[in-house]
Amino acid sequence: MTSGTPNWDRQQVEQVIDSLKDKPGALLPILHGIQDVQGYIPADALPMIAEATKQTRAEVHGVISFYHHFRQTPPGSHTLQICRAEACQARGARTLETYAKARLGIDYHQTTADREISLEPVYCLGNCACGPSVRVDDKVLGAVTPARFDTLVEELTCTPLEVK
Amino acid sequence: MAIKVFVPRDTTALAMGAEAVVTSILAEANARDTEVELVRNGSRGLFWLEPMVEIETPSGRVAYGPVTVDDVESLFDADFLQGEQDHPLALGVPEEIPYLARQQRLTFARAGVIDPVSLDDYLTHDGFKGLEKALQASSQTLVDEVKTSGLRGRGGAAFPTGIKWQTVLDCDAEQKYIVCNADEGDSGTFADRMVMEADPYMLIEGMIIAGLAVGADQGYIYLRSEYPVAHQILNEAITNAYDQSYLGDDIRGSGKRFHLEVRLGAEAYICGEETSLLESLEGKRGMVRAKPPLPAIVGLFGKPTVVNNVLSLAAIPYILANGGQAYADYGMGRSRGTLPFQLAGNIKQGGLVELAFGITLRELVESFGNGTWSERPMRAIQVGGPLGAYLPESQWDTPLDYEEFSAIGAVLGHGGVVVFDDTVDMGEQARFAMEFCVAESCGKCTPCRIGAVRGVEVIDRIRSGERPEANAELLNDLCETMIDGSLCAMGGMTPIPVQSVVQHFPDDLIRAADTAGEK
Ligand SMILES: Cc1cc2nc3c(=O)[nH]c(=O)nc-3n(C[C@H](O)[C@H](O)[C@H](O)COP(=O)(O)O)c2cc1C
Ligand code: SF4
Ligand code: FES
Repeated sequence: MTSGTPNWDRQQVEQVIDSLKDKPGALLPILHGIQDVQGYIPADALPMIAEATKQTRAEVHGVISFYHHFRQTPPGSHTLQICRAEACQARGARTLETYAKARLGIDYHQTTADREISLEPVYCLGNCACGPSVRVDDKVLGAVTPARFDTLVEELTCTPLEVK
Repeated sequence: MAIKVFVPRDTTALAMGAEAVVTSILAEANARDTEVELVRNGSRGLFWLEPMVEIETPSGRVAYGPVTVDDVESLFDADFLQGEQDHPLALGVPEEIPYLARQQRLTFARAGVIDPVSLDDYLTHDGFKGLEKALQASSQTLVDEVKTSGLRGRGGAAFPTGIKWQTVLDCDAEQKYIVCNADEGDSGTFADRMVMEADPYMLIEGMIIAGLAVGADQGYIYLRSEYPVAHQILNEAITNAYDQSYLGDDIRGSGKRFHLEVRLGAEAYICGEETSLLESLEGKRGMVRAKPPLPAIVGLFGKPTVVNNVLSLAAIPYILANGGQAYADYGMGRSRGTLPFQLAGNIKQGGLVELAFGITLRELVESFGNGTWSERPMRAIQVGGPLGAYLPESQWDTPLDYEEFSAIGAVLGHGGVVVFDDTVDMGEQARFAMEFCVAESCGKCTPCRIGAVRGVEVIDRIRSGERPEANAELLNDLCETMIDGSLCAMGGMTPIPVQSVVQHFPDDLIRAADTAGEK
């Protein structure tokens, strides 16, 4: 992928919008639906979303930027969230956070150069009795020490190549 | 006959390796030609023992935990499938584990016992008894029962649920809504999550009853997107409830209707505030609305709306099945019933402890929590989430009761109890409170939006030894401005943790200053 608009599947996005646009208050379900299949909300999808929800493009943009969950650039193969909230702090989340950034060589809201991992902060995953907590895609992990973090990163980056 | 083996599908159990344990148990059973029937229950909330595996024996269930993949072979060798207890991980009868035996479980009676998505399990464990009664009763009778129970909202504000319902019932409108607040944003809380993952039909039942009570036929569960497991389980349960006509146009042949849908949030703490939540449900930015009008009168899409926390709604089936008085018989003063406390952070035995109001904080963290996880001395306890005070040891003998806590400038909130050991830098915690407000403010009012940014700066200056006294005064003024001038409790309560640090742990702010000053 070079510069310019990354690939996105217009048809897939249209399908998502069509299937959800008649719900009352459809905008969040639509944004979730698009991000679930595309990984992010492509800029070129904004006019389509605006039209379907009868909102202005500026309004849709305002909604996307209000919520931490929605992103407007493609993520890496995996999204890795580190819990920054108090109960995890009490069990070493600050150390983990510093370690993770150094290990991956990136800060929050960035993606590793090999595009494997996007690092994001999160405030509580409901695993507060067994922190520090980390979420990788849809899996939550508990008691994540720096050593466990290393193992995790190795597992994530050593997935066998897909044969097409 | 296949032996029933229970391994929770709860978030924490999974986070501690439950899925790998399942794979390993199935493989081992297969290798030994033993038939097992796997049940994916919820958690009982004894989180330091997760994954906790249970076996159904002819004389009842027995538990083992925390089980790792490496323990599975030895558990089989020790005949755990027959309930044999000669193994280091054997815990005996789960209900007899003191942590559980000493609780008063009304809302969480079924948690971890049943398969969360099995309607049969729910029915054989007293499920839908409240609904059965509710379908026969008038709306006013239902609201009166909730008033009798003394139930106050468990989301944080502790407003009497019966009075809120009365307001919505008294509104004359074609369309009304029931909205369940499942945004559970407070750090150190997981009780809502446990309800949804361990006993979702109880929440569904509570919402249907709420609908019957106020005349609403549409419900939404606004669920935070940080809870993917709860999302999955809720959707399975709702599908089953529709299939068996507990939801839909004709609830169990009564001719009454109630529809229910889960809507996902998108990582915004402020969307737990009820008006911000309603904006979000309507497809907008989660900007807080000015009150009045109350959501009960002008709520979702401008219609009268009950917004209740998961735990408030989950208490309803018990109240209807057993009578409001049975619930009110628990508790102290104006805090009636039970509160599920959540022990979190640096604690040895973290988990869910449902008790009547009135136990002291010290009793809770010492006798249930059993000290810190790091085995160092406890230093501070934050109760009630990120907007709650940090309590020093001198305040730990305060009974857990709404009024007792407000008397010391603290809050119970949603019942989260986060323990810190003596390595904590309380100055850093004060800074984080402001930092969190910067990240999560909706931005509508200046004292909160700008105040929190200034708060971080001022605390940084104090901590780096820059005119600590003058800046401490500035911090105090800033806190007062936020308290007086904020539209909602986000800006209005962020000063609570900050001021509790200033008041009770001043050395942490000053000590940092001293060290920096020596350089
Ligand atoms: C910043 C902020 C965050 C809140 N977060 C939640 C939450 O996550 N869950 C919740 O039930 N209530 C939350 N509340 C309280 C709600 O505004 C509201 O009082 C509650 O949902 C009403 O339900 P209840 O009466 O059953 O407690 C929050 C309030 C504020 C000011
Ligand atoms: S206090 Fe903060 S979160 Fe609440 S309305 Fe004002 S800006 Fe928004
Ligand atoms: S504080 Fe980290 S999971 Fe709740």
